[in-house]
Amino acid sequence: MDNQIISMIIQGVGETLLMVIASTVLGYILGLPLGIILTVSDKDGLKPNKTLYKILDVIINILRSVPFLILLIILIPVTKMIVGKSYGTIATIVPLTVSAFPFIARMVEQSLKEVDPGVIEAAQSMGATNRQIVFNVMMVEAKVSLITGTTIVFASILAYSAMAGALGGGGLGDIATRYGYYRREEQIMWVSVIILVVMVQIFQSLGMLLAKKMDNKKK
Amino acid sequence: MAEIKLVNVSKTFDTEEGPVHALSDVNLSIHKGDIYGIIGMSGAGKSTLVRCLNFLEKPTSGDVIVQGVSLKSLNEKELREERKKISMIFQNFNLLMQKTVIDNVCFPMYLAHTPKAEARKKAMEYLRIVGLEDKANTYPSKLSGGQQQRVAIARALASKPEILLCDEATSALDPATTKQILALLKKINNELGITIVIITHAMDVVEDVCSHVAIMENGQVQESGEVETIFANPQSAVGKRLVLKDVRSEALAELKTDKTFRIVFDKQSAFEPVIANAILTFQTPINILGATTKNVHNQAKGEMIVGIPSGHEDEFVAYFKERGLNVEEVDING
Repeated sequence: MDNQIISMIIQGVGETLLMVIASTVLGYILGLPLGIILTVSDKDGLKPNKTLYKILDVIINILRSVPFLILLIILIPVTKMIVGKSYGTIATIVPLTVSAFPFIARMVEQSLKEVDPGVIEAAQSMGATNRQIVFNVMMVEAKVSLITGTTIVFASILAYSAMAGALGGGGLGDIATRYGYYRREEQIMWVSVIILVVMVQIFQSLGMLLAKKMDNKKK
Repeated sequence: MAEIKLVNVSKTFDTEEGPVHALSDVNLSIHKGDIYGIIGMSGAGKSTLVRCLNFLEKPTSGDVIVQGVSLKSLNEKELREERKKISMIFQNFNLLMQKTVIDNVCFPMYLAHTPKAEARKKAMEYLRIVGLEDKANTYPSKLSGGQQQRVAIARALASKPEILLCDEATSALDPATTKQILALLKKINNELGITIVIITHAMDVVEDVCSHVAIMENGQVQESGEVETIFANPQSAVGKRLVLKDVRSEALAELKTDKTFRIVFDKQSAFEPVIANAILTFQTPINILGATTKNVHNQAKGEMIVGIPSGHEDEFVAYFKERGLNVEEVDING
Protein backbone atom coordinates (compact mmCIF):
# COMPACT_ATOMS: atom_id res chain seq x y z
CA MET A 1 0.00 0.00 0.00
CA ASP A 2 1.39 3.42 -0.84
CA ASN A 3 1.56 6.38 1.41
CA GLN A 4 -1.43 8.04 -0.17
CA ILE A 5 -3.71 5.17 0.75
CA ILE A 6 -2.29 4.96 4.27
CA SER A 7 -2.92 8.64 4.88
CA MET A 8 -6.41 8.21 3.42
CA ILE A 9 -7.12 5.43 5.90
CA ILE A 10 -5.76 7.49 8.79
CA GLN A 11 -8.02 10.33 7.73
CA GLY A 12 -10.88 7.81 7.57
CA VAL A 13 -10.20 6.72 11.14
CA GLY A 14 -10.24 10.35 12.22
CA GLU A 15 -13.51 11.02 10.43
CA THR A 16 -15.13 7.93 11.90
CA LEU A 17 -14.04 8.85 15.41
CA LEU A 18 -15.30 12.39 14.95
CA MET A 19 -18.69 11.19 13.71
CA VAL A 20 -19.12 8.57 16.38
CA ILE A 21 -17.95 10.64 19.32
CA ALA A 22 -19.91 13.72 18.26
CA SER A 23 -23.08 11.70 17.69
CA THR A 24 -22.71 9.88 21.00
CA VAL A 25 -22.26 13.13 22.89
CA LEU A 26 -25.15 14.85 21.09
CA GLY A 27 -27.22 11.68 21.42
CA TYR A 28 -26.73 11.73 25.20
CA ILE A 29 -27.50 15.43 25.43
CA LEU A 30 -30.93 14.61 23.97
CA GLY A 31 -31.34 11.01 25.11
CA LEU A 32 -30.32 11.26 28.76
CA PRO A 33 -32.98 13.82 29.77
CA LEU A 34 -35.51 11.93 27.68
CA GLY A 35 -34.63 8.67 29.43
CA ILE A 36 -34.98 10.40 32.80
CA ILE A 37 -38.38 11.85 31.83
CA LEU A 38 -39.51 8.39 30.70
CA THR A 39 -38.47 6.84 34.01
CA VAL A 40 -40.01 9.56 36.13
CA SER A 41 -43.31 9.71 34.22
CA ASP A 42 -43.86 5.94 33.96
CA LYS A 43 -46.63 4.47 36.10
CA ASP A 44 -44.30 3.37 38.91
CA GLY A 45 -42.14 6.47 38.52
CA LEU A 46 -41.63 9.39 40.87
CA LYS A 47 -44.23 11.50 39.12
CA PRO A 48 -46.45 9.32 36.95
CA ASN A 49 -47.89 11.04 33.90
CA LYS A 50 -49.62 8.57 31.61
CA THR A 51 -50.13 10.96 28.68
CA LEU A 52 -46.58 12.28 28.64
CA TYR A 53 -45.13 8.78 28.90
CA LYS A 54 -47.34 7.45 26.10
CA ILE A 55 -46.47 10.31 23.73
CA LEU A 56 -42.70 9.96 24.29
CA ASP A 57 -42.97 6.19 24.12
CA VAL A 58 -44.67 6.32 20.70
CA ILE A 59 -42.25 8.90 19.28
CA ILE A 60 -39.27 6.84 20.39
CA ASN A 61 -40.74 3.65 18.99
CA ILE A 62 -41.38 5.31 15.64
CA LEU A 63 -37.86 6.73 15.42
CA ARG A 64 -36.38 3.41 16.48
CA SER A 65 -38.29 1.44 13.85
CA VAL A 66 -37.24 3.54 10.85
CA PRO A 67 -34.27 1.77 9.21
CA PHE A 68 -31.14 3.91 9.45
CA LEU A 69 -30.60 4.09 5.70
CA ILE A 70 -34.14 5.42 5.21
CA LEU A 71 -33.70 7.88 8.10
CA LEU A 72 -30.55 9.15 6.41
CA ILE A 73 -32.55 9.92 3.24
CA ILE A 74 -35.60 11.37 5.02
CA LEU A 75 -33.37 13.69 7.03
CA ILE A 76 -31.53 15.15 4.02
CA PRO A 77 -33.51 18.45 4.11
CA VAL A 78 -32.99 18.75 7.86
CA THR A 79 -29.30 18.02 7.55
CA LYS A 80 -28.98 20.60 4.76
CA MET A 81 -30.72 23.15 6.96
CA ILE A 82 -28.42 22.52 9.93
CA VAL A 83 -25.06 21.83 8.30
CA GLY A 84 -25.52 23.47 4.91
CA LYS A 85 -24.91 20.27 2.93
CA SER A 86 -26.17 16.72 3.04
CA TYR A 87 -22.95 14.74 2.57
CA GLY A 88 -19.64 14.46 4.34
CA THR A 89 -18.54 13.71 7.85
CA ILE A 90 -20.15 16.65 9.64
CA ALA A 91 -23.46 16.20 7.82
CA THR A 92 -23.61 12.54 8.82
CA ILE A 93 -23.56 13.51 12.50
CA VAL A 94 -27.18 14.74 12.13
CA PRO A 95 -28.83 11.44 11.11
CA LEU A 96 -26.52 9.52 13.43
CA THR A 97 -27.63 11.65 16.38
CA VAL A 98 -31.28 11.34 15.41
CA SER A 99 -31.01 7.59 15.24
CA ALA A 100 -28.96 7.36 18.45
CA PHE A 101 -30.92 9.49 20.90
CA PRO A 102 -34.12 7.39 21.07
CA PHE A 103 -31.94 4.31 21.53
CA ILE A 104 -29.98 6.11 24.26
CA ALA A 105 -33.22 7.21 25.94
CA ARG A 106 -34.31 3.57 26.13
CA MET A 107 -30.95 2.44 27.49
CA VAL A 108 -31.04 5.16 30.16
CA GLU A 109 -34.65 4.31 31.03
CA GLN A 110 -33.76 0.67 31.44
CA SER A 111 -30.70 1.44 33.59
CA LEU A 112 -32.60 3.79 35.88
CA LYS A 113 -35.48 1.36 36.28
CA GLU A 114 -33.06 -1.27 37.57
CA VAL A 115 -32.40 0.85 40.67
CA ASP A 116 -33.78 -0.84 43.79
CA PRO A 117 -37.13 0.81 44.60
CA GLY A 118 -36.33 0.35 48.28
CA VAL A 119 -33.41 2.76 48.05
CA ILE A 120 -35.65 5.30 46.35
CA GLU A 121 -38.24 4.84 49.07
CA ALA A 122 -35.54 5.36 51.70
CA ALA A 123 -34.57 8.65 50.07
CA GLN A 124 -38.23 9.71 49.98
CA SER A 125 -38.54 8.91 53.66
CA MET A 126 -35.63 11.31 54.29
CA GLY A 127 -37.50 14.10 52.57
CA ALA A 128 -35.52 14.06 49.31
CA THR A 129 -37.00 15.95 46.37
CA ASN A 130 -37.59 14.13 43.09
CA ARG A 131 -34.67 16.01 41.58
CA GLN A 132 -32.39 14.85 44.40
CA ILE A 133 -33.63 11.30 43.98
CA VAL A 134 -32.91 11.31 40.24
CA PHE A 135 -29.45 12.84 40.47
CA ASN A 136 -28.19 11.69 43.88
CA VAL A 137 -29.79 8.27 44.07
CA MET A 138 -30.83 6.86 40.70
CA MET A 139 -27.94 8.13 38.59
CA VAL A 140 -25.45 7.12 41.27
CA GLU A 141 -26.84 3.64 41.81
CA ALA A 142 -27.26 3.08 38.06
CA LYS A 143 -23.84 4.40 37.03
CA VAL A 144 -22.38 1.00 36.16
CA SER A 145 -25.33 0.10 34.01
CA LEU A 146 -25.23 3.56 32.38
CA ILE A 147 -21.56 3.07 31.48
CA THR A 148 -22.06 -0.38 29.98
CA GLY A 149 -25.02 1.10 28.10
CA THR A 150 -22.73 3.73 26.62
CA THR A 151 -20.33 1.14 25.26
CA ILE A 152 -23.23 -0.59 23.52
CA VAL A 153 -24.44 2.73 22.13
CA PHE A 154 -20.95 3.51 20.90
CA ALA A 155 -20.62 0.22 19.02
CA SER A 156 -24.02 0.66 17.37
CA ILE A 157 -23.24 4.19 16.23
CA LEU A 158 -19.94 2.98 14.84
CA ALA A 159 -21.80 0.38 12.78
CA TYR A 160 -24.30 2.99 11.56
CA SER A 161 -21.49 5.40 10.69
CA ALA A 162 -20.06 2.78 8.38
CA MET A 163 -23.47 2.45 6.74
CA ALA A 164 -23.64 6.20 6.31
CA GLY A 165 -20.35 5.89 4.48
CA ALA A 166 -22.17 4.24 1.61
CA LEU A 167 -24.07 7.48 1.01
CA GLY A 168 -21.03 9.73 0.98
CA GLY A 169 -20.78 10.07 4.72
CA GLY A 170 -17.02 9.90 4.95
CA GLY A 171 -14.99 7.81 7.37
CA LEU A 172 -13.89 4.21 7.14
CA GLY A 173 -17.27 2.99 5.90
CA ASP A 174 -16.97 5.36 2.97
CA ILE A 175 -13.51 4.04 2.12
CA ALA A 176 -14.59 0.42 2.45
CA THR A 177 -17.56 0.93 0.13
CA ARG A 178 -15.72 3.02 -2.42
CA TYR A 179 -12.74 0.75 -2.74
CA GLY A 180 -14.31 -2.59 -1.98
CA TYR A 181 -17.62 -2.26 -3.81
CA TYR A 182 -17.03 0.20 -6.65
CA ARG A 183 -13.37 -0.41 -7.41
CA ARG A 184 -13.02 -4.03 -6.34
CA GLU A 185 -9.87 -3.22 -4.36
CA GLU A 186 -10.64 -5.69 -1.68
CA GLN A 187 -7.39 -5.23 0.20
CA ILE A 188 -8.32 -1.67 1.17
CA MET A 189 -11.83 -2.77 2.09
CA TRP A 190 -10.51 -5.43 4.42
CA VAL A 191 -8.09 -3.06 6.07
CA SER A 192 -10.94 -0.64 6.76
CA VAL A 193 -13.16 -3.40 8.10
CA ILE A 194 -10.44 -4.72 10.40
CA ILE A 195 -9.81 -1.24 11.77
CA LEU A 196 -13.55 -0.87 12.46
CA VAL A 197 -13.60 -4.21 14.28
CA VAL A 198 -10.56 -3.26 16.33
CA MET A 199 -12.16 0.08 17.24
CA VAL A 200 -15.30 -1.66 18.51
CA GLN A 201 -13.16 -4.07 20.52
CA ILE A 202 -11.12 -1.28 22.07
CA PHE A 203 -14.14 0.76 23.10
CA GLN A 204 -15.98 -2.27 24.37
CA SER A 205 -13.00 -3.30 26.53
CA LEU A 206 -12.41 0.23 27.78
CA GLY A 207 -16.08 0.60 28.69
CA MET A 208 -16.20 -2.69 30.54
CA LEU A 209 -12.98 -1.93 32.36
CA LEU A 210 -14.30 1.46 33.43
CA ALA A 211 -17.60 -0.07 34.55
CA LYS A 212 -15.78 -2.67 36.60
CA LYS A 213 -13.52 -0.08 38.16
CA MET A 214 -16.43 2.10 39.12
CA ASP A 215 -18.63 -0.65 40.53
CA ASN A 216 -18.37 -0.33 44.29
CA LYS A 217 -20.89 -3.10 44.78
CA LYS A 218 -18.34 -5.68 43.68
CA LYS A 219 -15.32 -4.15 45.39
CA MET B 1 -50.43 15.21 73.58
CA ALA B 2 -49.68 12.17 71.59
CA GLU B 3 -46.51 12.19 69.52
CA ILE B 4 -48.26 10.39 66.68
CA LYS B 5 -52.02 10.09 66.41
CA LEU B 6 -53.86 8.15 63.75
CA VAL B 7 -57.42 9.28 63.26
CA ASN B 8 -59.77 6.97 61.36
CA VAL B 9 -57.05 6.07 58.87
CA SER B 10 -58.24 3.97 55.95
CA LYS B 11 -56.33 3.00 52.84
CA THR B 12 -57.78 1.28 49.81
CA PHE B 13 -55.70 0.15 46.84
CA ASP B 14 -57.34 -0.15 43.46
CA THR B 15 -56.04 -3.29 41.86
CA GLU B 16 -57.04 -5.19 38.74
CA GLU B 17 -58.95 -7.62 40.94
CA GLY B 18 -60.92 -4.78 42.48
CA PRO B 19 -60.34 -2.62 45.55
CA VAL B 20 -58.19 -3.97 48.40
CA HIS B 21 -58.84 -2.50 51.82
CA ALA B 22 -55.37 -2.49 53.33
CA LEU B 23 -56.41 -0.40 56.33
CA SER B 24 -59.87 0.26 57.66
CA ASP B 25 -60.53 2.87 60.25
CA VAL B 26 -57.34 2.64 62.28
CA ASN B 27 -57.07 4.76 65.42
CA LEU B 28 -53.88 4.78 67.47
CA SER B 29 -52.03 7.08 69.84
CA ILE B 30 -48.29 6.76 70.21
CA HIS B 31 -46.67 8.80 72.94
CA LYS B 32 -43.27 10.41 73.18
CA GLY B 33 -40.63 7.93 74.27
CA ASP B 34 -42.71 4.85 73.50
CA ILE B 35 -41.31 1.89 71.71
CA TYR B 36 -44.50 0.98 69.97
CA GLY B 37 -44.82 -2.40 68.29
CA ILE B 38 -47.25 -3.01 65.49
CA ILE B 39 -47.60 -6.72 64.97
CA GLY B 40 -49.56 -8.85 62.58
CA MET B 41 -49.25 -11.68 60.09
CA SER B 42 -48.21 -10.77 56.56
CA GLY B 43 -51.05 -9.06 54.74
CA ALA B 44 -52.44 -7.59 57.95
CA GLY B 45 -51.76 -4.07 56.69
CA LYS B 46 -48.89 -3.16 58.99
CA SER B 47 -46.46 -2.15 56.22
CA THR B 48 -49.11 0.14 54.76
CA LEU B 49 -49.77 1.51 58.22
CA VAL B 50 -46.13 2.45 58.86
CA ARG B 51 -45.96 4.19 55.47
CA CYS B 52 -49.00 6.22 56.42
CA LEU B 53 -47.08 7.53 59.43
CA ASN B 54 -44.78 9.56 57.16
CA PHE B 55 -47.27 9.78 54.29
CA LEU B 56 -45.16 7.69 51.92
CA GLU B 57 -48.63 6.23 51.46
CA LYS B 58 -51.37 8.78 51.65
CA PRO B 59 -54.43 7.43 53.46
CA THR B 60 -57.60 7.25 51.39
CA SER B 61 -59.38 8.83 54.33
CA GLY B 62 -58.50 9.88 57.85
CA ASP B 63 -55.49 11.81 59.06
CA VAL B 64 -52.16 11.37 60.82
CA ILE B 65 -51.20 13.97 63.40
CA VAL B 66 -47.48 14.14 64.19
CA GLN B 67 -46.61 16.41 67.12
CA GLY B 68 -49.83 18.27 66.58
CA VAL B 69 -49.29 18.74 62.84
CA SER B 70 -51.87 17.24 60.52
CA LEU B 71 -49.93 15.59 57.69
CA LYS B 72 -53.00 15.78 55.46
CA SER B 73 -52.91 19.57 55.58
CA LEU B 74 -49.32 19.82 54.31
CA ASN B 75 -48.26 20.44 50.73
CA GLU B 76 -45.46 18.41 49.13
CA LYS B 77 -42.71 20.75 50.27
CA GLU B 78 -43.93 20.98 53.86
CA LEU B 79 -44.35 17.21 53.89
CA ARG B 80 -40.74 16.71 52.84
CA GLU B 81 -39.63 18.95 55.70
CA GLU B 82 -41.83 17.05 58.16
CA ARG B 83 -40.37 13.74 56.97
CA LYS B 84 -36.92 14.85 58.13
CA LYS B 85 -38.23 14.48 61.69
CA ILE B 86 -39.38 10.95 60.98
CA SER B 87 -36.60 8.57 60.01
CA MET B 88 -37.18 5.09 58.71
CA ILE B 89 -35.23 1.83 58.51
CA PHE B 90 -36.17 -1.14 56.36
CA GLN B 91 -36.07 -4.91 56.14
CA ASN B 92 -33.58 -4.80 53.26
CA PHE B 93 -31.56 -1.90 54.73
CA ASN B 94 -31.87 0.10 51.45
CA LEU B 95 -28.39 1.59 51.52
CA LEU B 96 -26.77 3.23 48.53
CA MET B 97 -24.57 0.36 47.38
CA GLN B 98 -22.31 2.59 45.26
CA LYS B 99 -21.48 4.89 48.17
CA THR B 100 -19.22 4.29 51.14
CA VAL B 101 -20.64 3.76 54.62
CA ILE B 102 -19.84 7.33 55.67
CA ASP B 103 -21.35 8.79 52.50
CA ASN B 104 -24.50 6.81 53.23
CA VAL B 105 -24.67 8.29 56.71
CA CYS B 106 -23.97 11.75 55.31
CA PHE B 107 -26.70 11.39 52.70
CA PRO B 108 -29.59 12.96 54.64
CA MET B 109 -27.28 15.80 55.69
CA TYR B 110 -26.23 16.38 52.07
CA LEU B 111 -29.91 16.50 51.15
CA ALA B 112 -30.26 19.25 53.74
CA HIS B 113 -27.20 21.04 52.25
CA THR B 114 -25.04 20.58 55.34
CA PRO B 115 -21.40 21.45 54.49
CA LYS B 116 -19.38 18.34 53.72
CA ALA B 117 -16.81 18.65 56.52
CA GLU B 118 -19.48 19.18 59.15
CA ALA B 119 -21.60 16.31 57.79
CA ARG B 120 -18.62 13.94 57.87
CA LYS B 121 -17.77 14.89 61.42
CA LYS B 122 -21.33 14.27 62.57
CA ALA B 123 -21.52 11.06 60.56
CA MET B 124 -18.53 9.71 62.49
CA GLU B 125 -20.40 10.39 65.74
CA TYR B 126 -23.42 8.44 64.52
CA LEU B 127 -21.20 5.61 63.33
CA ARG B 128 -19.67 5.55 66.80
CA ILE B 129 -23.13 5.20 68.34
CA VAL B 130 -23.82 2.13 66.20
CA GLY B 131 -20.28 0.81 66.72
CA LEU B 132 -19.06 0.96 63.13
CA GLU B 133 -16.64 3.89 63.08
CA ASP B 134 -13.92 1.61 61.72
CA LYS B 135 -16.03 0.79 58.66
CA ALA B 136 -16.52 4.41 57.53
CA ASN B 137 -14.75 4.01 54.21
CA THR B 138 -15.99 0.53 53.39
CA TYR B 139 -18.72 -0.14 50.84
CA PRO B 140 -21.97 -1.69 52.13
CA SER B 141 -21.57 -4.83 50.01
CA LYS B 142 -18.62 -5.76 52.22
CA LEU B 143 -20.75 -5.68 55.39
CA SER B 144 -22.96 -8.32 56.97
CA GLY B 145 -26.71 -7.81 57.20
CA GLY B 146 -26.50 -6.72 60.81
CA GLN B 147 -23.75 -4.21 60.02
CA GLN B 148 -25.73 -2.84 57.08
CA GLN B 149 -28.71 -2.32 59.36
CA ARG B 150 -26.44 -0.48 61.80
CA VAL B 151 -25.35 1.82 58.98
CA ALA B 152 -29.03 2.35 58.14
CA ILE B 153 -29.67 3.25 61.77
CA ALA B 154 -26.75 5.71 61.78
CA ARG B 155 -28.16 7.21 58.58
CA ALA B 156 -31.59 7.42 60.19
CA LEU B 157 -30.10 9.28 63.16
CA ALA B 158 -28.27 11.72 60.88
CA SER B 159 -31.40 13.74 60.23
CA LYS B 160 -31.82 14.19 64.01
CA PRO B 161 -35.23 12.56 64.01
CA GLU B 162 -37.74 12.61 66.82
CA ILE B 163 -39.41 9.47 65.54
CA LEU B 164 -37.88 6.33 64.08
CA LEU B 165 -39.99 3.93 62.05
CA CYS B 166 -38.71 0.37 61.70
CA ASP B 167 -40.30 -1.67 58.94
CA GLU B 168 -39.51 -5.33 59.64
CA ALA B 169 -36.00 -4.11 60.42
CA THR B 170 -34.86 -7.43 61.91
CA SER B 171 -36.76 -9.84 59.67
CA ALA B 172 -33.79 -10.46 57.39
CA LEU B 173 -31.40 -11.06 60.31
CA ASP B 174 -30.51 -14.14 62.34
CA PRO B 175 -31.69 -14.37 65.97
CA ALA B 176 -28.39 -13.25 67.55
CA THR B 177 -28.07 -10.24 65.24
CA THR B 178 -31.74 -9.44 65.82
CA LYS B 179 -31.01 -9.23 69.55
CA GLN B 180 -28.12 -6.82 68.96
CA ILE B 181 -30.13 -4.56 66.68
CA LEU B 182 -33.02 -4.51 69.15
CA ALA B 183 -30.61 -3.65 71.96
CA LEU B 184 -29.29 -0.79 69.84
CA LEU B 185 -32.82 0.48 69.22
CA LYS B 186 -33.50 0.32 72.94
CA LYS B 187 -30.35 2.32 73.60
CA ILE B 188 -31.32 4.97 71.06
CA ASN B 189 -34.76 5.22 72.63
CA ASN B 190 -33.23 5.51 76.07
CA GLU B 191 -30.37 7.88 75.43
CA LEU B 192 -31.72 10.07 72.66
CA GLY B 193 -35.38 9.94 73.65
CA ILE B 194 -36.46 9.02 70.14
CA THR B 195 -39.93 7.55 69.83
CA ILE B 196 -39.71 4.25 67.97
CA VAL B 197 -42.37 2.42 66.00
CA ILE B 198 -41.54 -1.20 65.22
CA ILE B 199 -43.40 -3.15 62.57
CA THR B 200 -42.92 -6.88 62.93
CA HIS B 201 -44.54 -10.27 62.57
CA ALA B 202 -42.50 -11.72 65.44
CA MET B 203 -43.91 -11.63 68.97
CA ASP B 204 -40.41 -12.08 70.45
CA VAL B 205 -39.41 -8.71 69.02
CA VAL B 206 -42.38 -7.03 70.68
CA GLU B 207 -41.79 -8.82 73.98
CA ASP B 208 -38.12 -7.93 73.93
CA VAL B 209 -38.19 -4.18 73.35
CA CYS B 210 -41.66 -2.73 73.01
CA SER B 211 -43.48 -0.84 75.73
CA HIS B 212 -46.76 -0.84 73.82
CA VAL B 213 -48.22 -2.94 71.08
CA ALA B 214 -51.04 -2.84 68.57
CA ILE B 215 -52.12 -6.14 67.08
CA MET B 216 -53.37 -5.96 63.53
CA GLU B 217 -55.44 -8.24 61.37
CA ASN B 218 -57.33 -7.60 58.14
CA GLY B 219 -56.32 -3.95 58.11
CA GLN B 220 -57.72 -3.28 61.56
CA VAL B 221 -56.24 -2.91 65.02
CA GLN B 222 -57.69 -5.81 66.98
CA GLU B 223 -56.29 -4.72 70.30
CA SER B 224 -53.65 -2.38 71.64
CA GLY B 225 -52.10 -1.45 74.95
CA GLU B 226 -49.09 -2.11 77.16
CA VAL B 227 -47.09 -5.14 76.17
CA GLU B 228 -47.16 -6.64 79.68
CA THR B 229 -50.93 -6.46 79.86
CA ILE B 230 -51.43 -8.00 76.46
CA PHE B 231 -48.81 -10.68 77.06
CA ALA B 232 -50.53 -11.68 80.30
CA ASN B 233 -54.02 -11.51 78.98
CA PRO B 234 -54.59 -11.24 75.25
CA GLN B 235 -58.21 -10.50 74.37
CA SER B 236 -58.53 -10.76 70.62
CA ALA B 237 -58.36 -14.02 68.70
CA VAL B 238 -55.28 -12.91 66.79
CA GLY B 239 -53.71 -11.64 70.01
CA LYS B 240 -54.16 -15.04 71.62
CA ARG B 241 -52.77 -16.72 68.55
CA LEU B 242 -49.63 -14.53 68.58
CA VAL B 243 -49.00 -14.75 72.32
CA LEU B 244 -49.62 -18.47 72.43
CA LYS B 245 -47.78 -19.36 69.29
CA ASP B 246 -44.91 -20.91 71.29
CA VAL B 247 -47.42 -22.89 73.26
CA ARG B 248 -49.58 -24.22 70.52
CA SER B 249 -48.29 -27.28 68.81
CA GLU B 250 -49.55 -30.58 67.58
CA ALA B 251 -47.15 -32.39 69.83
CA LEU B 252 -48.58 -30.61 72.84
CA ALA B 253 -52.14 -31.25 71.69
CA GLU B 254 -51.34 -34.96 71.64
CA LEU B 255 -50.33 -34.86 75.29
CA LYS B 256 -53.46 -33.04 76.22
CA THR B 257 -56.04 -34.92 78.19
CA ASP B 258 -57.73 -32.37 80.38
CA LYS B 259 -58.72 -28.77 79.95
CA THR B 260 -55.62 -26.65 79.54
CA PHE B 261 -54.84 -23.35 81.19
CA ARG B 262 -52.11 -20.78 80.68
CA ILE B 263 -50.68 -19.25 83.83
CA VAL B 264 -48.59 -16.10 83.69
CA PHE B 265 -46.59 -15.03 86.72
CA ASP B 266 -44.00 -12.39 87.50
CA LYS B 267 -41.23 -11.88 90.03
CA GLN B 268 -43.56 -11.46 93.02
CA SER B 269 -45.76 -14.47 92.39
CA ALA B 270 -42.84 -16.70 91.45
CA PHE B 271 -41.63 -16.68 95.05
CA GLU B 272 -44.26 -18.99 96.42
CA PRO B 273 -44.43 -22.54 95.05
CA VAL B 274 -48.06 -21.96 94.02
CA ILE B 275 -48.53 -25.04 91.86
CA ALA B 276 -47.17 -27.42 94.47
CA ASN B 277 -49.24 -25.79 97.19
CA ALA B 278 -52.37 -26.02 95.05
CA ILE B 279 -51.81 -29.72 94.46
CA LEU B 280 -51.35 -30.29 98.20
CA THR B 281 -54.41 -28.22 99.04
CA PHE B 282 -56.80 -29.99 96.65
CA GLN B 283 -55.08 -33.40 96.77
CA THR B 284 -55.39 -33.54 92.99
CA PRO B 285 -52.39 -33.78 90.65
CA ILE B 286 -52.25 -31.41 87.72
CA ASN B 287 -50.31 -31.96 84.59
CA ILE B 288 -47.59 -29.47 83.57
CA LEU B 289 -47.47 -29.47 79.79
CA GLY B 290 -44.99 -26.70 79.26
CA ALA B 291 -43.21 -23.91 81.03
CA THR B 292 -40.91 -21.08 80.08
CA THR B 293 -39.62 -17.75 81.31
CA LYS B 294 -39.32 -14.65 79.19
CA ASN B 295 -38.09 -11.14 79.44
CA VAL B 296 -41.09 -9.02 78.58
CA HIS B 297 -40.28 -5.33 78.37
CA ASN B 298 -37.50 -5.65 80.96
CA GLN B 299 -39.55 -7.79 83.34
CA ALA B 300 -39.10 -11.48 83.96
CA LYS B 301 -42.32 -13.27 83.13
CA GLY B 302 -43.04 -16.95 83.65
CA GLU B 303 -45.47 -18.80 81.49
CA MET B 304 -46.85 -22.23 82.24
CA ILE B 305 -49.32 -24.48 80.49
CA VAL B 306 -51.10 -26.93 82.74
CA GLY B 307 -53.79 -29.54 82.29
CA ILE B 308 -56.31 -29.64 85.16
CA PRO B 309 -58.48 -32.77 85.60
CA SER B 310 -62.16 -32.13 84.88
CA GLY B 311 -64.29 -31.21 87.83
CA HIS B 312 -61.38 -29.44 89.54
CA GLU B 313 -60.89 -26.51 87.12
CA ASP B 314 -62.87 -23.96 89.08
CA GLU B 315 -61.17 -24.51 92.43
CA PHE B 316 -57.70 -24.42 90.90
CA VAL B 317 -58.40 -21.30 88.86
CA ALA B 318 -59.84 -19.55 91.91
CA TYR B 319 -56.81 -20.58 93.98
CA PHE B 320 -54.34 -19.22 91.39
CA LYS B 321 -56.26 -15.99 90.94
CA GLU B 322 -56.32 -15.41 94.69
CA ARG B 323 -52.52 -15.50 94.58
CA GLY B 324 -52.34 -12.88 91.90
CA LEU B 325 -51.59 -15.15 88.97
CA ASN B 326 -53.04 -14.63 85.56
CA VAL B 327 -54.97 -17.74 84.54
CA GLU B 328 -56.89 -18.37 81.39
CA GLU B 329 -58.20 -21.41 79.63
CA VAL B 330 -56.48 -21.87 76.30
CA ASP B 331 -56.89 -23.98 73.23
CA ILE B 332 -53.51 -25.47 72.47
CA ASN B 333 -54.43 -27.27 69.28
CA GLY B 334 -51.72 -26.22 66.82
